[in-house]
Amino acid sequence: MPSQLRRHSSKKMVQNSSSGQTTDQRVGWLRRMVEIRAFEQKVQELFLQGVIPGTTHLCQGQEAVSVGVVSAMRPGDYATVTYRGHGQALALGVPIRSAFAELMGRSTGLCRGLGGSMHFADRERGLLGAFAIVGAGLPVALGAAMSAKFQGSGRVAVTFFGDGATNIGTFHESLNMAAVWKAPIVFVCENNLYGEYSPIGLTTPVNDLASRAGSYGMQSEIVDGMDVAAVNVAAARAVERARAGHGPTLLEMKTYRFSGHSRSDPAKYRPAGELETWKGRDPIKLLNEWLQHQGATTPRAFAQMEQEVQHAVDEAAATAQSDPYPDLEEVYRNVVAS
Amino acid sequence: MSLLAKAHAEVQGPGTVTMTYRQAITAAMQDEMSMDETVVLMGEDVGFPGGVFKTSEGLIEQFGQSRVIDTPICENAFLGVALGMAATGLRPVVEIMFSDFLATGADAMINEIPKFRFMSGGQFTVPLTVRSIGGAAGFGSQHSATAESWYISVDGLKVVTHSSPAAAYRNLRAAIRSDDPILCIEHRGLYSQSGPVFRAPGVELTIGGATVLRRGSDATLVGTMLMVQRGLEAAEQLAQTSGIDVEVIDLQWITPMDIPTVRDSVLRTGRLVVAEEEPHGGGWGALLISKLTQNGVAFAHPPIAVSQLPAPIAFSPPLEALQIPSTQRIVDAITLAAKKGK
Repeated sequence: MPSQLRRHSSKKMVQNSSSGQTTDQRVGWLRRMVEIRAFEQKVQELFLQGVIPGTTHLCQGQEAVSVGVVSAMRPGDYATVTYRGHGQALALGVPIRSAFAELMGRSTGLCRGLGGSMHFADRERGLLGAFAIVGAGLPVALGAAMSAKFQGSGRVAVTFFGDGATNIGTFHESLNMAAVWKAPIVFVCENNLYGEYSPIGLTTPVNDLASRAGSYGMQSEIVDGMDVAAVNVAAARAVERARAGHGPTLLEMKTYRFSGHSRSDPAKYRPAGELETWKGRDPIKLLNEWLQHQGATTPRAFAQMEQEVQHAVDEAAATAQSDPYPDLEEVYRNVVAS
Repeated sequence: MSLLAKAHAEVQGPGTVTMTYRQAITAAMQDEMSMDETVVLMGEDVGFPGGVFKTSEGLIEQFGQSRVIDTPICENAFLGVALGMAATGLRPVVEIMFSDFLATGADAMINEIPKFRFMSGGQFTVPLTVRSIGGAAGFGSQHSATAESWYISVDGLKVVTHSSPAAAYRNLRAAIRSDDPILCIEHRGLYSQSGPVFRAPGVELTIGGATVLRRGSDATLVGTMLMVQRGLEAAEQLAQTSGIDVEVIDLQWITPMDIPTVRDSVLRTGRLVVAEEEPHGGGWGALLISKLTQNGVAFAHPPIAVSQLPAPIAFSPPLEALQIPSTQRIVDAITLAAKKGK
């Protein structure tokens, strides 16, 4: 494995900046990241117990991207996410209980148990959907952005996708249209270095995916995706640019997934030491250390936060587990409106 | 006036105007766009060029560039854009220049648009109309498909075809008004045909329903679009030459398919011929015969399918003409069906 695959390297990377961010806000982000981490760990655990069927694609390690970007959005803004989208859904405020119920295929689930792990959608919170086809969410988010532009609602659309999606047609087609139409949209690429089981260098000829924006005359930034504050700063800038009518931005978040691609993947293709290196830059650890350094939290307070979150997650999972399965009627009722 | 237009002249009186099939398409969009400002049209060259087949002439002048949107050539992505628009308060109409290009948009047409509402547990509605233009006219293998049966196995997507100006106007307006995704197939061989169109507020806009265009007692001919026209011609010929009285039905909606109308007819006539401008395998003709059988039609005389020959459409005009069912092939099939019972 070439060494450049093991770590992201870019001199242009946006670093942590504290502009406009309060300590309280950051404590809130920490809690949310801890919640996403605990949720995903619980999902993994429930899988092994056979409580959650099917497959899942977990996002441990990438929490800062979800939390940093969503905290730059306003209520009413739109989002599309991918099959690795639990983190963004929770960041958008999806209740843990209905998320668990959806993963368990229960009638109380976010999508009545019809969607599952790869298809979280929450209309009320602007989550248009999670897409299990790589690249499919980008045009849908662009459509929402065009609605917002047409309606003059001031809303912005944000679409999350992985590094692998930058090689599929809809990525290029969507960036092209968004740039031509000056659409109020932000493209957020979570570059976690692997497309399924393949290291990015085997499938993609450039290291910095943000460079692809250049083909479309689009603004772009490379961001340290393990630093939630840096993510928030870059996202806020892009969201504001979109809202002001100045057009789209491509943000490349340099990040890493601590788990395999899906539940059946032990990720043995990783070079020795790579995971450990990245865990040294765990976004939760980084923010926690920073807050402690600032005197905004203590090891004891952090432990208590973790405990509270864990309790809430465990309780939500247990409650969801006793919820009923949907009736067959639910299937027929939701195919068409009439 | 063509046989088809005559057959469709069911509504007369105030509000009925004569227009071409092409004008009927434009009129349907114009009327819906005037009524509802969330209706937008998008596609390749639909704006100032007025559409490659001139079906959107004048719309950009009337409704402006924010509602008549020219797209780059990228069907899959702009169908996805339309889906996003439909889920967030607009009512987009997308033109796909040739039905063949629907294949480029297959992910949107199969995985995204029809499943969006379902996967969200009914949180979203998708009021999205896709218009695609089909039919062979000397353009060879990649510009000739009607594609009317491509989506038979895709639940969540309705499909309608138009055989006359009246049907085009009515069906397209109904599709735009619907809260569900609907694929409307237009036949470019019919664009310049004229006929009466009831263009008035009382026009009946329904989803689903076949139309009986000619009553008859000896055999039932079911077709769509150009095949309806050829079926009517075949029926006239047979009435004059051999006294066979043919009932002609325009199936119109591939999904949902109107089985009762066809069933009633076949139970009376005892014979069924389907005429399809597409290969028989996996098409609506085969599905119709299967559904009729399952609905208790015990065919005393086996149904006959007159279909496109099982090969890509050839460029050479005489070959193309042989591949698409002709009026004569339909006449022969009905004659054969009628003989069998005698």
